Amino acid sequence: MADLSIEFAGIKAPNPFWLASAPPTDKAYNVVRAFEAGWGGVVWKTLGEDPAAVNVSSRYSAHYGVNREVMGINNIELITDRSLEINLREITQVKKDWPDRALIVSLMVPCVEESWKAILPLVEATGADGIELNFGCPHGMPERGMGAAVGQVPEYVEQVTRWCKTYCSLPVIVKLTPNITDIRQSARAAHRGGADAVSLINTINSITSVDLDRMIALPIVGDMSTHGGYCGSAVKPIALNMVAEIARDPATRGLPICGIGGIGSWRDAAEFIALGSGAVQVCTAAMLHGFRIVEDMKDGLSRWMDSQGYRSIADFSGRAVSHTTDWKYLDINYQVIARIDQDACIGCGRCHIACEDTSHQAIANLRQADGSHRYEVIDAECVGCNLCQITCPVQDCIEMVPQDTGKPFLDWLHDPRNPYREAS
Amino acid sequence: MIESLNHLPRPSSDNATLADHFSDLAPPLTARQAAVEASRCLYCYDAPCVNACPSDIDIPSFIRNIHQENVQGAAEKILSANILGGSCARVCPTEILCQQACVRNNHQECAPVLIGLLQRYAVDHAEFDAHPFQRAASSGKRIAVVGAGPAGLSCAHRLAWHGHDVVIFEARPKAGGLNEYGIAKYKVVDDFAQREVDFVLQIGGIEVRHGQVLGENLSLGELQQQFDAVFLGLGLNASRQLGLANEYAPGVLAATDYICELRQAEDLNRLPLANRSIVLGAGNTAIDMAVQMARLGAQDVNLVYRRGIEDMGATEHEQHIAKEHQVRLLTWAQPEQVLLDDQGRVRGMRFARTQMIDGRLQTTGETFELAADAIFKAIGQTFDEQALSDHNAQTLAREGDRIRVDEHMRTSLPGVYAGGDCTHLGQDLTVQAVQHGKLAAEAIHAQLMLNVEAA
Repeated sequence: MADLSIEFAGIKAPNPFWLASAPPTDKAYNVVRAFEAGWGGVVWKTLGEDPAAVNVSSRYSAHYGVNREVMGINNIELITDRSLEINLREITQVKKDWPDRALIVSLMVPCVEESWKAILPLVEATGADGIELNFGCPHGMPERGMGAAVGQVPEYVEQVTRWCKTYCSLPVIVKLTPNITDIRQSARAAHRGGADAVSLINTINSITSVDLDRMIALPIVGDMSTHGGYCGSAVKPIALNMVAEIARDPATRGLPICGIGGIGSWRDAAEFIALGSGAVQVCTAAMLHGFRIVEDMKDGLSRWMDSQGYRSIADFSGRAVSHTTDWKYLDINYQVIARIDQDACIGCGRCHIACEDTSHQAIANLRQADGSHRYEVIDAECVGCNLCQITCPVQDCIEMVPQDTGKPFLDWLHDPRNPYREAS
Repeated sequence: MIESLNHLPRPSSDNATLADHFSDLAPPLTARQAAVEASRCLYCYDAPCVNACPSDIDIPSFIRNIHQENVQGAAEKILSANILGGSCARVCPTEILCQQACVRNNHQECAPVLIGLLQRYAVDHAEFDAHPFQRAASSGKRIAVVGAGPAGLSCAHRLAWHGHDVVIFEARPKAGGLNEYGIAKYKVVDDFAQREVDFVLQIGGIEVRHGQVLGENLSLGELQQQFDAVFLGLGLNASRQLGLANEYAPGVLAATDYICELRQAEDLNRLPLANRSIVLGAGNTAIDMAVQMARLGAQDVNLVYRRGIEDMGATEHEQHIAKEHQVRLLTWAQPEQVLLDDQGRVRGMRFARTQMIDGRLQTTGETFELAADAIFKAIGQTFDEQALSDHNAQTLAREGDRIRVDEHMRTSLPGVYAGGDCTHLGQDLTVQAVQHGKLAAEAIHAQLMLNVEAA
């Protein structure tokens, strides 16, 4: 069996599945249940200075798919609403009882040196394995000059990271907010400040829906609402891109990345790892299904690694990074064409109407004598956009088949059709 | 009451218990079930289900409306194509129509979308404040519709919608045709058929006159003179006969007569019960009869058909319902003699075994007897010739015993249209009748408007 254990930024864990700083890691009771279920580590819900934050009711809302499956959750909950003393006491005990698990403490205090200098020794004294700086919380805390208010200014990120490295000997993980234009700027700042790792993404500013009877967005507090932070499977594509952007940025090469954002299955985790993550954090999937999901994630990842011949997480971490590039380096001469497996086709016509109305009129609708339909790709019209494959309800019914064009590799930089091409 | 069965006992259960036996065969979907089922629809383009629907309902679109919580929009879409969408949702053999065409029948897709039940959900929950369709300005034209069954109601509604005035001439005390008098009680329950009639008439401009029987107190010639057009939605009112001796003895009855009585009965406990029943036939009416008798408490119900299972008109789904009710399906047996007791009442039937020889059904010479308290004939309906007995009506071109019509539902007589079971076109289904009525109305409207322009 593959070895799932990791050492991430100097922190050891029996597996790469950690729970993110959030309600599931709010207190000892939950964290112990998570460890009992098999999670490799947790990032304790963000601590702050006393007095503790006060939360409102209600706090969450969701974006649903067609079968009422939750695509994403939006929350307006703040950092811990319990006192610093209780949290520190519980962290000390839990770490003592679960020495083999990674226990990271998330922190958020005002952006002044004294505040960090005061809290860091207290955290270190718990025996925790590392700290994570919450620079990403998009609601409630920025108004107080914390969370995303810091994360959105690279100079602040660098400064606070440096204070943490100065007043604490633990590994420092900087959690990045996605509510910026170029994630690399934040990662570079953390790197300059001496961060041992970055974790991303934190939640994305969001409003999920509106109660059209009351004309109030969700979640509703009294007769008002506010934007919250969005997480869950819907944010995975955004998170994957940001992870890849940092992983392939020469300025931060080698900086450990902890992937976060919509991870709910072993496959999601493997994808984050393939794009450069050394560990992953999970929250929404656990909030929807409970801690038990880690069992399937560990089992699935381990079996897949066995099937691929990977013995450790490091064996495939970052393997997809070198295959991620800028558009201008793609091969203009590469060509795929859709092929419909007529035996698998159920005749729903979705590929046809999608292509006919919105793409390249490359799928013919041939009505058969018995009233059924046959859909056929018109090879000469197909540009290989993948839309038909995407809209097809039957998995593997439409295959995108690479064509032998007989043409050599050619990127846009050298394409004769590019008026700004580079001389070859 | 059904004279010929009066000597039989009454059911042992009380009315309330029996009524429970005739509740919805397919219970309606809850909101949650409708949402789940609606989400299974793939929203096909040029959808096979629509092509399979005789009344052209835009099925993917109405299901999408349900899924997006626009139930009223869904219902209006259904009703605009099929004003009897509520009863069709209940009585359509969807297993051979829309649901058979559903792409999710594919073995990889588990099961077809439950289109019929979704349609019922939409129509039942639409809660319109007012009739959803507004009449056009009055055309001043008057059209006679004979028969207030699905074809006639559909035709009348569409004509009224276009601004014409309609008089429906109906023989029976209630409108609705087979929905009211002929469908198994557990398929269209309570007073739905009448509520649907009320809904159809809500549009205005339609007068229904009852006790009007073509060939008795009404003639086609008169109607042609008094109205701008005539639509015949006569149905098939005569039950086929066996042509055997003792066919009119106590204990022998047409299944449709019994079903009619059952549907109209206020107290099911007062219906005659044939503990041992024989039902002759192989169509859905035969199944309806057999199953209803079983539900009333009959212990021994035999459905006998002279050919094989594969030749039965009843769908597999219907056969399954029969089997679930312990109805025995006996095939390859042909009625030979009605057996009577010493009081001249039915005591059973003798059958001749049959087989196919050289493509022809023949008796084998072997016979057997089944004991029975009653024999129900469900061997098909035929045209009631009396209806077309006046001079003009006799000149109507026929196709077999049915009225011949073209694709616009025009008969051989100018200005006279026909639709539903009395015509030779399409299958004998409620949904087909509704479509005929609609098409005839469009053709009548087009013709009358053409005449107006020409004038």
